[in-house]
Amino acid sequence: MFKKITRRAGKFAAIAAAGLLAMNAQAAEPIRIGSFLAVTGPASFLGDPELKTLEMYVEKINKEGGVLGRQLELIHYDDAGNASKARNFASRLIRSDRVDIIVGGSTTGATMAAVPMIEQAKVPFISLAGATVITMPVKKWVFKTPQSDRMAAERILQDMKSRGLTKVGLISGTGGFGSSGREQTLAVIKEMGGVEIVADETYGGSDTDMTAQLTNIRGTDGVQTILNFGFGQGPAIVTRNYAQLGIELPFYQSHGVASDGFLELAGNSAEGLRLPASPLLVPESLPDTDPQKPVVEAYKSEYEARWNSKVSTFGAYAYDGLMLAVEAIEKAGSTDKAAVRDALESIQGHVGVTGTFNMSADDHNGLQADSFRILEVQDGGWKLIN
Amino acid sequence: MIARLSQFRLKGLVFLAIVVFALPLFISNPFHYGLATQIALIAGAVVGLNLLVGFAGQISLGHAGFFGLGAYFSAIMTSNYGWSAIPALFVGAVGVAIIAWVVGRPILRLKGHYLSMATLAVGFIIAIILNNERELTGGPDGMPVPSFDVFGWELSVFGQYSLFGMEISGDLAWYLFAGMVLLVAVWLAQNLIDSPIGRALRSVHGSEVAASVVGVNTAKYKSLVFVISAVYASVMGALYGHFHGFITPSVASFDFSILLITMVVLGGMGSTIGVIIGAVVLELLPQLLADFQEMEMVLFGLILMLTMIFMPKGLLPTAANLLAKRRSKSAGGDA
Repeated sequence: MFKKITRRAGKFAAIAAAGLLAMNAQAAEPIRIGSFLAVTGPASFLGDPELKTLEMYVEKINKEGGVLGRQLELIHYDDAGNASKARNFASRLIRSDRVDIIVGGSTTGATMAAVPMIEQAKVPFISLAGATVITMPVKKWVFKTPQSDRMAAERILQDMKSRGLTKVGLISGTGGFGSSGREQTLAVIKEMGGVEIVADETYGGSDTDMTAQLTNIRGTDGVQTILNFGFGQGPAIVTRNYAQLGIELPFYQSHGVASDGFLELAGNSAEGLRLPASPLLVPESLPDTDPQKPVVEAYKSEYEARWNSKVSTFGAYAYDGLMLAVEAIEKAGSTDKAAVRDALESIQGHVGVTGTFNMSADDHNGLQADSFRILEVQDGGWKLIN
Repeated sequence: MIARLSQFRLKGLVFLAIVVFALPLFISNPFHYGLATQIALIAGAVVGLNLLVGFAGQISLGHAGFFGLGAYFSAIMTSNYGWSAIPALFVGAVGVAIIAWVVGRPILRLKGHYLSMATLAVGFIIAIILNNERELTGGPDGMPVPSFDVFGWELSVFGQYSLFGMEISGDLAWYLFAGMVLLVAVWLAQNLIDSPIGRALRSVHGSEVAASVVGVNTAKYKSLVFVISAVYASVMGALYGHFHGFITPSVASFDFSILLITMVVLGGMGSTIGVIIGAVVLELLPQLLADFQEMEMVLFGLILMLTMIFMPKGLLPTAANLLAKRRSKSAGGDA
């Protein structure tokens, strides 16, 4: 019995190996794009749409003749959001698979764990994670596509200022996203001036009721608006508590909840709240003059047609990462790593889904705060404010 | 000669030493060295955990907490306070020993599920602290760790070293270092097992009541082995942090605790070499299965399940049993 199984397994392996060899022979010298993503685990909501996006666009580009006349080959591993796994897979991509460029790293932890090795091996790397530390200070070989939380804070505070709201009650989650957002908000306020934090409350990731914190904020003298920086279920609970308490102050959330899933969780209580978000949530309402409109619309319809599920802004980070990589390789005219890196750094006016990228030697993200659109929840849907 | 060697008390150690030093003859890819280094360090922690689980019959579902504490202590001291890695490693180990002793005294009075729950809680508390003390630990996004320096001599995976006139890469140097640390860890563990303490521990495993009847101070020995296994985890954690160059609180996570326990159980509880095999298998398997992509987790689970169903005693003890059976059969045939 056991022998039979091993024999079968042997046959299967032989067939699989033959298949792989045949595939390799067909595509002479493909351009190897490596990726490590959190496809499973607690951060899979990031990695899953990212992988789907990479797979479908690599396929599409290959069908259209590839890049520089060469096919693309996507080599991807699942790091499950775990930093040491991410480092191992980065090492494997660089040393074993010998990839030409890496597009990946769903979480900040995974990205930062892989950075020392990538810097040392001198491989261009486009990260899909959010935190400011990834590209500040600038690391020679590391780029990233999402806006940092700092830009979100800037955008929110600008909008508050324009509405004459200057006394902010801040409530934030204690998770990575919330606490980093809180820090950046405080830093931006210090720089910007004219706005002040009058209350500063926090809640834990698994708390189920935030009325105490909200009551404290409401009771603070002179508070004019409430801002919540958080991720996951927390912000939805804050939103519901906010409505239950009947608080009338203008309410802001961060880009961390800019998804249709949040609207479902928060229901009616979300009416009237504002947040900074990717234009991907409101492609129809973008003005026709907006250069991003066709890109955003195409990505949305192609993704939804292929996977039969809603697009997410996280998948868009992977789209931008892949397209930046392709543009850099085309510009460099080869896959020479130093040339591709230089090309990446000199990319100007690259219109992506997340925003328009203008890279430079001291900005490896290339986005401005205005790539975030301020949206307001109206009638259970998103409404573009500016 | 071979017969005499097979009688030798530390034959497992000799065998392990041969494997460790012969491995570089078969692999040359730096990625493989990196993997082997990581396996050696984790195996060291598992050897320590095995003293607690396999020999004393206690359980810890929070051992990654001690691993994480060691890693973070060394990381924080070397990067923020300019300590050298060796004193950070030792002071960290002493600190963890004190914590383990203070925590271990009361919770080791518990038995069975209650003990599991208590150790689980310890692990969780450590993980939560590492996650929330942003100023110190960098929070969930983790923190960088400087390379390991020994008296001003820096061991980095990116360096180049000469050893006995041979040029060796940083990866190989780290691998040799980790291999030697593992050998020392195994040597210490085996000596402990064969000492009066080891016998007392096994008597506690057999029957705590009987052990205390014959005069073994069970509470003392249980705390002692808990502390020793925590120190193993702390030291290996510190080295692991330096090797990786970046750590996140996931090194102290519940998942990692479970992985450590699984290595012990899979490899064979109470067998020092067995649990190292457990560590090798559980670290290599995900890498081998990574090519199956979506099927990875399914296959991983299936392999674990089948192993536990057909080899409930663990890999090494089952294999040794099979071998012994076959040998006695053939001996019987001859007669």
